[in-house]
Amino acid sequence: MSGTFVGMPAFPEAARAAVDDATLRGNLRHATHTIRAKRAGAVAELADWAELREAGRRIKDHTLRHLDRYLEQLEASVTAAGGTVHWAADADEANRIVARLVEETGESEVVKVKSMATQEIGLNEALEAEGIRAYETDLAELIVQLGKDRPSHILVPAIHRNRGEIREIFAHEMAAWGRPAPENLTDTPADLAEAARLHLREKFLRARVGVSGANFMVAETGTLVVVESEGNGRMCLTLPETLISVVGIEKIVPTWRDLEVFLQTLPRSSTAERMNPYTSMWTGTTDEDGPRAFHLVLLDNGRTDALADQVGRQALRCIRCSACLNVCPVYERAGGHAYGSVYPGPIGAILSPQLRGTGSEIDASLPYASSLCGACYEVCPVAIDIPEVLVHLRERVVEGGPAVRGGNKVVLRPAKGHAAERAAMRAAAWAFGHPGALGTGQRLASRSRRLHPRTLPGPGRAWSHTRDLPTLPAEPFRDWWQRTRGGKDAK
Amino acid sequence: MRVALFLTCVNDTLYPETGKAVVRLLTRLGVEVDFPMGQTCCGQAHYNTGYRHEAEPLARRFAEVFGEYEAVVTPSGSCGAMVRELYPRMGERARAEGRGDSLARTVAPVVPKTYELTEFLVDVLGVTDVGAWYPHTVTYHPTCHGLRGLALGDRPRRLLEAVAGLDLVELPGAEECCGFGGTFAVKNAAVSAAMGTDKVRSAESTGAEVLCAADNSCLMHIGGTMTRLRAGIRPVHIAEILASTEEDPAL
Repeated sequence: MSGTFVGMPAFPEAARAAVDDATLRGNLRHATHTIRAKRAGAVAELADWAELREAGRRIKDHTLRHLDRYLEQLEASVTAAGGTVHWAADADEANRIVARLVEETGESEVVKVKSMATQEIGLNEALEAEGIRAYETDLAELIVQLGKDRPSHILVPAIHRNRGEIREIFAHEMAAWGRPAPENLTDTPADLAEAARLHLREKFLRARVGVSGANFMVAETGTLVVVESEGNGRMCLTLPETLISVVGIEKIVPTWRDLEVFLQTLPRSSTAERMNPYTSMWTGTTDEDGPRAFHLVLLDNGRTDALADQVGRQALRCIRCSACLNVCPVYERAGGHAYGSVYPGPIGAILSPQLRGTGSEIDASLPYASSLCGACYEVCPVAIDIPEVLVHLRERVVEGGPAVRGGNKVVLRPAKGHAAERAAMRAAAWAFGHPGALGTGQRLASRSRRLHPRTLPGPGRAWSHTRDLPTLPAEPFRDWWQRTRGGKDAK
Repeated sequence: MRVALFLTCVNDTLYPETGKAVVRLLTRLGVEVDFPMGQTCCGQAHYNTGYRHEAEPLARRFAEVFGEYEAVVTPSGSCGAMVRELYPRMGERARAEGRGDSLARTVAPVVPKTYELTEFLVDVLGVTDVGAWYPHTVTYHPTCHGLRGLALGDRPRRLLEAVAGLDLVELPGAEECCGFGGTFAVKNAAVSAAMGTDKVRSAESTGAEVLCAADNSCLMHIGGTMTRLRAGIRPVHIAEILASTEEDPAL
């Protein structure tokens, strides 16, 4: 399995393979159901959850509406605090900036605290091409990196792996990356954590360059915030001499006070904790304390295109808590890899096609990777109406229409492969506009019901492969109604 | 009180017994029921698949056909949610696209007076005991659009609990989607089937004879999975249970 998502098949195909993998389904079911129940308990403890959710939505919407102003304020604050701000329009530009900054230090390795933005742009691969090795230090990221695997969950990238599999990966792969796993490694969580700790401690103490993301950036003070559970982030943020943070432009909040809302909703939604174990905040540089050089790379990579979309822009409110993944029945069966992106699950299904466009097979299939059950909207701590955006993106796929790509207004053509469906939908809409024709069709179908096949041709085959079709009644309701005058005459 | 029955295109074509049950039930409760022949489809399948523009004339037709009635009753949580939740949104979108207020104005009158059946019974008629008799063990599946779209809450449960002879048992994981999702069942058949199988296994584990829901679309998917798995449980629409009496019992 390669480390990137390039060339992924469409969602239904990738999901089918996952559905057939009993181990994967077992791992996912166990993990998602456990965290689901815990989260519900942690949220129920707060009497003002609904108000917090609404406050989070409002703060994010306000910030997005004035994003240009707050970004400029952030740049000024970071600069005043001794940091340097870099602007990256896309993945290539961001990767070039980071590689150059690392090269200027003369180093050839970096330690990383888990960062979705750097995974989104494929930073590790880009650095590798420049002869720079990036070490992931988040436990789950380490498992993914050592296993030459891809992340499958926002918060728990190795959620698809069980303890036995992790033991195998550690025992066989750690030596090639640094300190080998201890002899006689067992699959108990304490043993696995100790093996990771020893392996990583060596890296932390040696590293002179750290790369991070950030959960939040405070415009008024230029402060960046990382919330985490393991302490690895704190090590990466304080020990190196140079710190490079790559952050999506939507991660900004106006004031320090705004953090109050999200530092309550994020841990409860993601790990079901009242407060996350480590909250690290850094503002520029300080003499003789922490990194001597601090660089902030502000990443667009499709975000302003998403911002231009009135319905879709709400996806940029996301605080990456992953509650929507844990509650999604589709994610539970399909697994994170099927979404073909570092952002899997319901939020990935609306975020990826906005950041990347709907041109590829996988991106055009993502808006359909949902039964629209609405569980994701219900748990979202910033009230992103994911079903609404999914339907909106479906419209973009089947009908095309105006959009913004690369900062330019374009009119998208409908995606390929929907012509038959479009014709069927239009035919159905015509029949539903003519009740007489509809009644005739229903009557014909009912009268010929003994001739109907038990399995369907074409796209319907997918239905009759696993489910029996309903048998048509002898008479549609409207005929019964007319024949019996609403049941007044006979039966 | 005179109400219009919006049966939905799926029920009209495939499940006329549900429509007859609604008529029997409401008539028994003293409600005069009409079935406007001009009704067809609410447009949900179009809207949810991405054909919002094709759904607009269907929304207009709905508003014209049902506009004159005091109330519109439908035995479908998802079609009810389509009218109540999504018609206003379609109106707003049309306005945002510079096409004026016409759609918003046309649909506005029918939106607040359209009720899902159990809502109508509990909220408008103010009854929970509808005088039904149904001597079976039943488990209830709250469909997604009824649960989260319309927030039906415990209304269906209260109605079922008041049915004489009925033994209501808890469905594990009740709030999880059955995997139907309209065109999702065809576009993502493998995941849909896996969700359906899990729902049927949960229902079987209750020992109930009947799985009941307020939406025949979900029941079509669940029921089709049940017969394929040869499960010892069958799907029944809640209207048929509530219409059942000792004199005229449902199966």
